[in-house]
Amino acid sequence: MYRYTEFDDSFVRNRVAQFRKQVERRLAGALTEDEFKPLRLMNGLYLQLHAYMLRVAIPYGTLDSRKMRQLAMIAERWDKGYGHFTTRQNIQYNWPKLHDVPDMLDALADVEMHAIQTSGNTIRNVTADHFAGASADEIADPRPIAELLRQWSTDHPEFQFLPRKFKIAITGSPNDRAVTRAHDIGLRMVERGGEPGFEVVVGGGLGRTPMLGQVIRAFLPRADLLPYIEAILATYNALGRRDNKFKARIKITVHENGIDTIREMVEAEFPHRRAQFQGGDQALLREIEAAFAPPALRDAPSEAFEAARAADPVFRAWADTNLAAHRHPDHAIITISLKAHGATPGDATADQMRVMADLAERYGHDELRISHEQNVILPHVHKGDLPAVHAALREAGLATANVGLASDIIACPGMDYCALATARSIPVAQQIATRIEDLKLEHDVGPLKIKISGCINACGHHHVGHIGILGLDRAGVENYQITLGGDGTETAAIGERAGPGFAYDEIVPAVERLILAYLDQRESREESFLDAYRRLGPAPFKEALYGKEGRRHAA
Amino acid sequence: MSRRFTPKVVTANALAEGDVVYLTEDDRWSRHHFEAELIEDEAHADIRLLLAQSQPQTVVGAYLADARPGPRGPEPVHFREAFRTRGPSNYPHGKQETPASSSL
Ligand code: HEM
Ligand code: SF4
Repeated sequence: MYRYTEFDDSFVRNRVAQFRKQVERRLAGALTEDEFKPLRLMNGLYLQLHAYMLRVAIPYGTLDSRKMRQLAMIAERWDKGYGHFTTRQNIQYNWPKLHDVPDMLDALADVEMHAIQTSGNTIRNVTADHFAGASADEIADPRPIAELLRQWSTDHPEFQFLPRKFKIAITGSPNDRAVTRAHDIGLRMVERGGEPGFEVVVGGGLGRTPMLGQVIRAFLPRADLLPYIEAILATYNALGRRDNKFKARIKITVHENGIDTIREMVEAEFPHRRAQFQGGDQALLREIEAAFAPPALRDAPSEAFEAARAADPVFRAWADTNLAAHRHPDHAIITISLKAHGATPGDATADQMRVMADLAERYGHDELRISHEQNVILPHVHKGDLPAVHAALREAGLATANVGLASDIIACPGMDYCALATARSIPVAQQIATRIEDLKLEHDVGPLKIKISGCINACGHHHVGHIGILGLDRAGVENYQITLGGDGTETAAIGERAGPGFAYDEIVPAVERLILAYLDQRESREESFLDAYRRLGPAPFKEALYGKEGRRHAA
Repeated sequence: MSRRFTPKVVTANALAEGDVVYLTEDDRWSRHHFEAELIEDEAHADIRLLLAQSQPQTVVGAYLADARPGPRGPEPVHFREAFRTRGPSNYPHGKQETPASSSL
């Protein structure tokens, strides 16, 4: 794990000390809210519907047991005993008191964490494939690059006042688990003639105008990364619209100017930027890489795994859904579901955090990851240890076998917490998951991604859900619009609107009808919901939603 | 012809803990919607909002929200305001948790 340098540590500590004074002055009335708001947002503190909310960055989703235990401690001491893991690989605390926040930030600094640049028109927490460094399909671990980007972007003077927020995602695998095409910049590791580099995608984003990123450079040599990204940001800084917040993201800049113009400008700027990098960044990268050295994996028998799989159907169901292939054949990647049927997606209690920390320490080379799908990953577990890990997870209510299935729903906080929301999303997710569990059919249905946002900002990624749900306010009543066929992977697509929205008490039956229609229509078990949608188009699904037949089916 | 004015309450979040509060007729901030002053007149609403905005040390983000009279006092009209009187629907947190103590 990357450790803070002295510089990092004093930078973060100074920031906390500054913020402590700012909070004092705010509470004493020396700062107005207008003056204070940008300062608190710079430190990840929002004011939501019922309380403040502190958003803490988990760079590239990576934690160790020490950090996870501290997150648990903070949840217990200053919040209500739980935290909410988000699609941006952050954790959010929903109930901090203003005067406690500096103490919370100090406690985070104790474990080399912070909430800087989790808000504002800056380069945000860089997100990465949550299976990084472990997955069988990976070219290389993308996290050293993500850490390099983090260090380079933190407090970068040129990029503190961008036209709008800026999100970078990176994957080291051809299977895109980091939704790179929905980010301002998406980086995908590729190789050309044995030389490592990146495919650079720019201009993706969700929100009110969803767009998929376009390739600006098909192959960028690794050593050119920072100057090239600087060239993109400089171009955006110059061209990006500051007159209209809704047109300020780089996706609009790319859309309005065309990718070719942007590319020309970036390529023209690039040599100037390149000349300023004398290799210090590459030396730094080598140091960082040493901190991400792969763990020493153990050669040991894994019969216990096969035996448990044969003997225990509960273990088998979990193993078949929640494990992914590790590059070492005797190991597995565990996804711990934070989606128990009926629970709030992404929430973990302090006790659960500690159980996960203990398991990471004992069985997982002390590594944990947060996925953008709001689950927690143990990336390196020996197969022989899986039965023991499963048993411990079960005891903590963390063994739900539903990863990648219909009840593994992404939901943003929606109107239960978020001040911008137009409708609730959490209870919709809870009810869909509960209904799916009652029907006992999600294992038969197979891979299905349902994603819910509580307003057009699309924090719940609904545009890239196979079934996307967007909560709106229609004349003072909650109303839910469905999109179909979205995809956040390497075959990315923006979902298409199915038709008129559904009332709060109609949306769960509507989703059920979609699932049943898929089961009716699929050619075989191998044809997933998304495959079936791509083959058939929207017609049978619209019929299920709006036709007489569909409604009767539901009744 | 003037449109009919929808009655309002002045609401905000308390500075220190962020909890939702309402301006009462006697210039207190209450945590209960039903204790709010129901404002029936537009000019008066503007004055009350100005009063709220002049208290940045106590509250944040004051605004006027639609309300209607009820048996116990003013009631919210919009569902967002109804949620703000209670707290989130996934846990019994917020106002539904603490038998909220009176005013600021
Ligand atoms: C107080 C809570 C939040 C606020 C005020 C907020 C605000 C916003 C806004 C205004 C946008 C649209 C930005 C634009 O298009 O210019 C946005 C997008 C987004 N937010 Fe949030 N958000 C909140 C919580 C969350 C949470 C909890 C997550 C993760 C679960 C999240 C992840 C995202 C993502 C993934 C996008 C869309 C991707 C993009 O285009 O940037 N946000 N958010
Ligand atoms: S999508 Fe809207 S409701 Fe959901 S968290 Fe984002 S801003 Fe809030």
